[in-house]
Amino acid sequence: MGYNALRVLKEGLTGNAGWRPIWRSPEPKAEYDMIIIGGGGHGLSTAYYLAKNHGIANIAVLEKGYIGSGNIGRNTTIVRANYFLPGNSEFYSHSLKLWEGLEQELNYNVMMSQRGVIMLCHSDGQRDAFARRGNAMINQGDDAELWSPEQVRAEIPYLDFDNTRFPIYGGLMHGRGGSARHDAVAWGYARGADRLGVDLIQNCEVTGIDVVGGVVKGVQTSRGAIRAKKVGIVTAGRSSQVAAMAGIEVPIESHVLQAFVSEGLKPAIDHVISYGMGHFYISQSDKGGLVFGGDLDFYASYAQRGNLPMMEHVMEAGMTLMPAIGKAKVLRSWGGIMDMTPDGSFVIDRSEVDGLYMDCGWCYGGFKAVPASGWCMAHLMAEDRPHEVAQRHTFERFETGEGLMDEEGTGSQHNLH
Amino acid sequence: MRITCPLCGERDRREFYYLGAKDYLNRPEEGDTEAMHRYLHIRSNPTQVTQDLWQHEAGCSAWIEVERNVTTHEILSVKLVNEAAP
Repeated sequence: MGYNALRVLKEGLTGNAGWRPIWRSPEPKAEYDMIIIGGGGHGLSTAYYLAKNHGIANIAVLEKGYIGSGNIGRNTTIVRANYFLPGNSEFYSHSLKLWEGLEQELNYNVMMSQRGVIMLCHSDGQRDAFARRGNAMINQGDDAELWSPEQVRAEIPYLDFDNTRFPIYGGLMHGRGGSARHDAVAWGYARGADRLGVDLIQNCEVTGIDVVGGVVKGVQTSRGAIRAKKVGIVTAGRSSQVAAMAGIEVPIESHVLQAFVSEGLKPAIDHVISYGMGHFYISQSDKGGLVFGGDLDFYASYAQRGNLPMMEHVMEAGMTLMPAIGKAKVLRSWGGIMDMTPDGSFVIDRSEVDGLYMDCGWCYGGFKAVPASGWCMAHLMAEDRPHEVAQRHTFERFETGEGLMDEEGTGSQHNLH
Repeated sequence: MRITCPLCGERDRREFYYLGAKDYLNRPEEGDTEAMHRYLHIRSNPTQVTQDLWQHEAGCSAWIEVERNVTTHEILSVKLVNEAAP
């Protein structure tokens, strides 16, 4: 089904009765070349690029709920490539380039909005660190501008610039960063993959992974056994449980991350703003709601709701940065489950089982990675060697300590990120 | 979430620092890099009941082992680490 302005006009005039489901609901076949476990953003983009880039169409994506029901449907939708360390820098740079062409690639409106991401700094040391990070971003080929306090004030006048404790010393503006419509990303990739022949199988929970002699043979599911030559585990948030089905233990601890949305307001916040002292970030959705969040709750959790102390902390940080939002009412909040790795960076790697691959450990940064994660996971599964922009993201780095990507410099330990 | 410190009684979660799974009590011998890797990084990461190490940082500073349901936030038991079996 094609989308164009004429079609929208015609459907609008005829009661929108002509729209049809945009992907099939096939019965699972007995065997596929490849199975992707997990129908979230990363799993769908992996299937899409396997079919598109590598010509492998005999693929099933197995989703235990419905497409888009996990973290891809609940996140704060920020897209950026402002990482510092080699490994993350080239990966997110690649991802942002894919984002910039995604709507044309999928012929689907993902509402990509490059409104600019600004990280505010509040001390000389932090400003110096941002200057260094900006140089790293420019060296990677991305964009960065170090803004003076006057430049920030001219663009974002409603911040509390003269806050006694955390005055604003300027910011690092990443103009190509911004946000996208999270659900549409899942739907666009799902539709694209389906059109290339991928079977999207919903309400199909994987209950076991068949391994014989160290080689993967297929999976057991709530809809029967399915054989496959290769299987990809793309289930961030539940990676430990799915990996355990193949007898694999992973360096992941699950934590809960909360986020919040206010009532709809008139357009007020033009960019994505992150507050360097309170780990608070905020943007405004196209519906007008302020979308904001902060840190993890900082304890292992699978509860898809957080505790009040972190909620209070986030609200306090927001009020400290921009007192004007104090009268906005919070409409809803949620907690998502994050795969936390020791160094805070992800893994796209082979597992110890032949033919079984893992895409996991996205910590709290999975959304912006959706295109490149699928691109690199597809490359790994099809070619059996890592893509060059994800080759540092191995399990081995934790065993050897070499090549850890600890962006925050806090130490390689789960509870510190 | 409130945690009952064995020494101080029931306190707000904010008084406590979370370290991680009680695996941290079983530090391997120096030089065994595989065991050290497992000790530092590999987690069973269960979805129901965990035994974790917390410190009553803003209270008596005691290290405690908290048994907790990570899906419901329910605290099942708390004991001092030096009274807990490793």
